[in-house]
Amino acid sequence: MSLPPSPVRAADIAVRLRAVTKVYESGVAALGPIDVAIGRGEFVSLLGPSGCGKSTALRLIAGLAGPSAGTVEIAAASSETHPGHRIGFVFQEPTLMPWTSVRDNVGLPLKLAHVTAAEARPRVDAALAQVGLADFADAFPRELSGGMKMRASLARALVTQPDILLMDEPFAALDEITRFRLNDDLLDLWRRLSMTVLFVTHSVFESVYLSQRVLVMTARPGRLSAEIAIEADVRDDAFRASPDYAAYCRRVSDALAPAYTGVLAL
Amino acid sequence: MSVQDRASAVSGARLASLAVPAIVFVAAMTAWEFAVRINGIPPYVLPGPLLVLKTLVADWEILAQSLLTTLITTLEGFIAAALGGIALALVFNQSRWLQWALFPYAVVLQVTPVIAIAPLLLIYLPQQTAVVVCAWIVGFFPVLSNTALGLNSVDRNLAGLFQLYGASRWQTLRYLKLPAALPYILGGLRIAGGLSLIGAVVAEIAAGSAGAGSGLAYRIAESGYRLNIPRMFAALVLLSVAGIVIYGLLALVSHLVLRRWHESALGKDN
Repeated sequence: MSLPPSPVRAADIAVRLRAVTKVYESGVAALGPIDVAIGRGEFVSLLGPSGCGKSTALRLIAGLAGPSAGTVEIAAASSETHPGHRIGFVFQEPTLMPWTSVRDNVGLPLKLAHVTAAEARPRVDAALAQVGLADFADAFPRELSGGMKMRASLARALVTQPDILLMDEPFAALDEITRFRLNDDLLDLWRRLSMTVLFVTHSVFESVYLSQRVLVMTARPGRLSAEIAIEADVRDDAFRASPDYAAYCRRVSDALAPAYTGVLAL
Repeated sequence: MSVQDRASAVSGARLASLAVPAIVFVAAMTAWEFAVRINGIPPYVLPGPLLVLKTLVADWEILAQSLLTTLITTLEGFIAAALGGIALALVFNQSRWLQWALFPYAVVLQVTPVIAIAPLLLIYLPQQTAVVVCAWIVGFFPVLSNTALGLNSVDRNLAGLFQLYGASRWQTLRYLKLPAALPYILGGLRIAGGLSLIGAVVAEIAAGSAGAGSGLAYRIAESGYRLNIPRMFAALVLLSVAGIVIYGLLALVSHLVLRRWHESALGKDN
């Protein structure tokens, strides 16, 4: 599939972090200072070693935690294209409520927003169809495979038609083939729904395959150490087999490597 | 092993798990009966199981009346314990101050033996109320502590999700905390059921008064004074059966409520 060109212009910023740091109550410096600007409609990966604060950055953007210093700005979305909640969040685990059906899980954000059941139903069905789970609406989470659970989690994030989708290593626990399929489906959704996606991962390959820009972070407290634009229009198996892809992976790996110096047992 | 062999092995194991305790029961009863007969032990010292059974049938009218009384007390105490325990846990979950203020006293109530509290309650309260309160005192703590544990065991990411979508306190409680706590609450109720029976029995013995509305524990005490040992045993059997039935019913409810999602209610194959 084709990717639109990376569109970072000042007027089109969806998410901006300015000199953001996060220090936990325990005194551990988890993040930053870090400056990030993400353009509207952009697909950006945040790549770094475990514990570098990339998940923390995502939680700050989602408003699940407040920064210790600096500011987090989320640009107002146009209400015509994205009428509902502006931010969708996909956790590393599927994070589904085990006591209820896939339909109820996906419909949760609407229920919390007091959308009536009659109004919610078609939207839930549409979100389920988007991720290919239309036939599993009445299943319980435990009846689904790992990949299907992740799809349900993605459907829940999409059901409010967010303009910003935050994903925290969503596919890390899945097997390779399932991950490839979900990667392609995600790219497809991103293109069709014109969302801004910020994708946290520790996989060099995944970040290169998916994103228009890879932001590489240092070890904790995480700072940006490199920014690599992936200028390939088409993302498919041919891209994965191409010398360009290998070269990008090499560049990103080299940028990431210093983050691992001094880390034991690798 | 083929699938069929394995299936029959499983059902065989299941059969054995039922048959073995039944065999033990029959063997023990037989030994008891023979020991009583061979040694010529008089029934006012130790009645044999057959005599106990006969007494159970012969005295059924009076025992059934007492059983009903005890069961009603137990049920009232259990309902009070369930509602009180869950309500208090919810209050504690919403307000840390109230938890600090009240939780120590809930513990005090729990660790003070109910047999020592019962006589006092009987002084200050009408007898029937005092008996129910005793059943409540022993039953409510496991419900309280289990519910409190359940409400605090919510998945952190799910809680974050509710926060992200701006859920109100009530929504978080209704759609997240209560369902997540359900397995714990049901576990607490299972313990509380048996304990309510114990509380009712303790209070009845402490009350020790006669009359139409007297429970099984009173029958046991009364039969003891009259050296009617077979009836003591018969009443005891009824209490045990009542306890087993209460536990079984609550376990069944728990299974039916949780069977679609919770690990505890799922078969090993799933």
